[in-house]
Amino acid sequence: MTTDKLNTNPAPRPNWTSRIDLPVATAFGCIILLLLIGSLYSPNFLSPEYLLQQLKVGAFLGVIATGMMLVILLGQIDLSVPWAVTLGAMMASAATAYGPMGEVLAIPFGVLCGVLMGLVNGIGVAYLRIPSMIVTLAVNAVAQGLMVAYTGGFAPVDSASPAMRYLAAGTILGIPNAVIVWAITGILAVFLLGRTTFGRAIYGIGNKEAAAYLSGVPTQRVVMIAFALCGGLAAFGGVLLVGYAGKAAQSMGDAYLLPAIAAVVLGGTSILGGRGNYLGTIAGVILITLLQSILSVMQIAEFGRQIIYGGVIIVMLLLYGREKSGR
Amino acid sequence: MNGLRYRFAEQRGMLLALAIFVLMFALYVANHPAGFTPNVVQTAANKGVLLALVAVAQTFVVLTAGIDLSVGMIFILANCLASYLLVGTPIGVALGVGGVLLTGLACGALNGLLVIYGRLQPIVITIATGAVFFGIALWIRPYPGSAAGFSSDLADALTGKVFGIIPASLLFLVVLVLVVWVPFRRSVIGRAVYAVGSSEPAAYMSGVPVMRAKFTAYMLSGLFAAMGGLFMTFFTYSGEASLANGNTYTLSSIAAVVLGGVSLFGGRGSAIGAIFGALAFRAIGDLLFVFDFDPLWQPLFQGVVLLLAVSLGAARLFQVRNRLDLFS
Amino acid sequence: MDDDAVPIFRMEAISKRYGGVHALDHADLVVRAGRVHAILGENGAGKSTLIKIMSGVVAPDEGRMLLDGQEVSFANPAAANAAGIVCIFQELSLIPDLSVADNIVISNPPTRFGMIDRKAQQAIAMAALERAGGGDIHPMELVKDLPLSRRQIVEIAKALARKPRVLILDEATSALTAADVETVFGVLKRLRSEGIALLYISHRMHEIAELADDCTVFRNGRKIATYPAGSKSDDEVVELMIGREYSSVFPPKQDNVDRVAAPVLEARNLSWMQRLNGISLTARAGEVVGLGGLDGQGQRELLLALFGVLRGVSGEVLIDGKPRNISGPRAAKAADIGMALIPEDRKTEGLMLPMSVRDNLSFAAMRQISRGGIVDRKAESAAIDRMMKLLAIKAANPAIPVGALSGGNQQKVVIAKWLMVEPRIILLNDPTRGIDVGTKQEIYALLRQLAAEGAAIILYSTDYDELIGCCDRVLVLYDGAVKRELAGAEITEHALIASALNIDHRESVA
Repeated sequence: MTTDKLNTNPAPRPNWTSRIDLPVATAFGCIILLLLIGSLYSPNFLSPEYLLQQLKVGAFLGVIATGMMLVILLGQIDLSVPWAVTLGAMMASAATAYGPMGEVLAIPFGVLCGVLMGLVNGIGVAYLRIPSMIVTLAVNAVAQGLMVAYTGGFAPVDSASPAMRYLAAGTILGIPNAVIVWAITGILAVFLLGRTTFGRAIYGIGNKEAAAYLSGVPTQRVVMIAFALCGGLAAFGGVLLVGYAGKAAQSMGDAYLLPAIAAVVLGGTSILGGRGNYLGTIAGVILITLLQSILSVMQIAEFGRQIIYGGVIIVMLLLYGREKSGR
Repeated sequence: MNGLRYRFAEQRGMLLALAIFVLMFALYVANHPAGFTPNVVQTAANKGVLLALVAVAQTFVVLTAGIDLSVGMIFILANCLASYLLVGTPIGVALGVGGVLLTGLACGALNGLLVIYGRLQPIVITIATGAVFFGIALWIRPYPGSAAGFSSDLADALTGKVFGIIPASLLFLVVLVLVVWVPFRRSVIGRAVYAVGSSEPAAYMSGVPVMRAKFTAYMLSGLFAAMGGLFMTFFTYSGEASLANGNTYTLSSIAAVVLGGVSLFGGRGSAIGAIFGALAFRAIGDLLFVFDFDPLWQPLFQGVVLLLAVSLGAARLFQVRNRLDLFS
Repeated sequence: MDDDAVPIFRMEAISKRYGGVHALDHADLVVRAGRVHAILGENGAGKSTLIKIMSGVVAPDEGRMLLDGQEVSFANPAAANAAGIVCIFQELSLIPDLSVADNIVISNPPTRFGMIDRKAQQAIAMAALERAGGGDIHPMELVKDLPLSRRQIVEIAKALARKPRVLILDEATSALTAADVETVFGVLKRLRSEGIALLYISHRMHEIAELADDCTVFRNGRKIATYPAGSKSDDEVVELMIGREYSSVFPPKQDNVDRVAAPVLEARNLSWMQRLNGISLTARAGEVVGLGGLDGQGQRELLLALFGVLRGVSGEVLIDGKPRNISGPRAAKAADIGMALIPEDRKTEGLMLPMSVRDNLSFAAMRQISRGGIVDRKAESAAIDRMMKLLAIKAANPAIPVGALSGGNQQKVVIAKWLMVEPRIILLNDPTRGIDVGTKQEIYALLRQLAAEGAAIILYSTDYDELIGCCDRVLVLYDGAVKRELAGAEITEHALIASALNIDHRESVA
């Protein structure tokens, strides 16, 4: 056997910080660039208050994008996020109306509804093998239908419980609780993706499901659970949003689908699955949040915001979202 | 030999969509208070054709194994633009129509260029271009309405009836299929689109013009989405930059395409199938009205039907004897 | 051969680098009309880069190509095709959702008034299929509905429809059944007599011996030698290819079969969808059992059935003498069964190519290196280091993507990944297909070593030499059933081929 020059220097196992790749670095670069542009407009942009405020606003998107990332890593997509968000918000505030017991269970109940919705998605994708784009689209329509029928088409009357308000709008030592909630979600996500067999299975399935199956991974179960997590996290985002705004609204989730996908993809996660890390998603979320904030601070008309928002995303994708050349 | 068997297999998706549509429409008409009258058919056709045009737009891109999440926004942009441009003399209107269609082509071309030369995933890039298209639509029409000299002659002609019976919009759609789709399907570039969607590396290896095929698909997609927007204007006499409408049309176009037997993995299906898919999806939504349900239930009903329709495809899973086939 | 005539195609000092690696290093090649030119070399020797440059898939960094003495360069495969250079790639270039006829004319469909002329297309396709020996294939059948060997025939027909002057065949027979190979060889010999230059790349020595007129050996991106076919012995050729002495490929077989205990694996009367028709077999600890026969006689299905991948299998599987119901790979790899399957296609079934060597290695063995769903990184690193040493996997470090390794090293990763599960029963589906001689040798030694350590091994191979050199017993399959069982000295090439072709003359074997 030829055993020359073999493994004499087994490289140290790279940890997650040293895996920062080009997209993630670029995303953080863009964040700094945005802050600089903003600071030219108003020095407030570099103040800690403003930055914390942005993190707080971004926390809702951050929680939702975390779930989206799990699904995108599988090479799937979840288009049911808008109504998973709304479902969580409406059901949690509805539970609040049922006395003290309802108030206690409001948050878990809202999240549970999202998990159930995600489970339907997951069963459709994993066991019925329906393309995720279609299943989640249909489930989104069903959830919308259920909520519209439930509220009679009007804005729901129930409002957030104190616990929800505290989570979303309170602070601990000057740090917004929403940011802490996002940080905890993020730490759990990093652990899940990097250190557990479940996380490894997600990356494996995203790369080649057949190979993952033949390796003895329960691929269908993993896919189903990932979708359930995504639904649960979206609903949790909705619960936080309702705590922030006080009341749920019919279309509150619509504004989160595209930013969630954009945040994950701008953070370097491949839309084809199997590649990406959570640090990138954090960068993507902050990037999107800052962009939205700057556009609104600059008091640009809605149409201009849309055009610039889309244009900036295109440019950033062109910078580093490209697939490798075939030749 | 039995060439017929292969021809039938090729059309199976389309035939299924046709069957669903006939069933749904029969239910609809049978329970409609006015019954099967030219007016009922005309209204249904006009609404159906709107979605059908956007579904055809989606089909071109889906055939290349891509997805166009901006079709709804091109549709809205064309709608808003048309509400300004369709003014004055017939010549003015004709120029306006030309302008709207050119805008659609340009939008499609932008998508195509970004996908081909930017080497970006269509699902992501069309989300972003969709935002841009919608921004422009909002810019030219911040509030719903139409230009002062809006000419409704063409609109009335194309949304009315021919010989008092046949809905003109349906006729228009048939003509479009005959002069655009059928030649496309039989052309070299059409085959290239199918080849690229089925297996891009194999197509490249075989000397198929991959880039030209993709570009053509996105251009045609923009063109048909703009035609849909034009029809929206014919139908409502006005333009409205509605984000919700745009999203609904994008999502419905995907639903229609799937119902119509076009494979989201590319390379399989036809625009004719997508048209029947669109008509069927519309008929499903309208069923509730004739059954006197509260319109509130419409989204739920459409969602459930869509979910059931796509779950039907899962029946084949029970025939799979080699579990590895599940992953291909 | 008139050496003075201008060769139809000539490459001079062609080089191509990928990163810092020379895939081709000043390579020369002369191809003449009416001759079959075989290209030999290990994986990574530069053969596939050579073909890609000739057929316009990649551009060379330096050097020049001459067609009929005129310097040429190809911007893309279409340009090479137009010049008469057509390649049949190892990875099929057929489009699955198009019909056979659509595929055959894909690069230049016949048109009338700008539309594709379907009648003319049908006629071209039928003629090309006939020439390629696939007259029984319906031109309207979709390619994805054809079995692999038929697709390969369509691929050849497609190449012929382009009227090639130089036809390159890259492992074109690797998916074919023996009967198809005969057909294809007939076709190729006719093409040669028609004056077409054929470039033939194969790992199968006997094919080259039968077909080639000239041979060129490549090693490490360089041309080592060109010689008339038949002027060197097999051993000499292999020496040229690997650049070192070629001796005792197969390790000695030692008999350490445990005949006392119940067989580790026993199957009784397995049947599945007419592809398996009542197969029974046993495998004892310490034994290497071969599966022989022509390709496609149910060998692949048998391994998948044992591994629990197929649904609706009738019959019984016993582990350690006790009937077990194996519901899938997850159940199969559990400690109480301890089964591993090295699948057929390492690129789609064995590995996740973009993922690191480390992630691939530990992927199946999560149960061994994790507790409560959480990965124990120390245990993981230790296990990976051990495996990389055991199999001598050549990778700069375990963090590089497995797709960056050579084919042989990729296959080692697949095997190592399963050894990490510490299996007692190892099923291998043609593990050395398309792998260089050196790696093959290492794999043979490893299999014997594993058997010596008490594993029961079932090895399916399309290479008869391998079955003869590695196995204690060979079951020859024919049409989904065991046609004949050969043991010890009975395992000869003659016996294997005779029973594979179902022309069993038992007396001549003895």
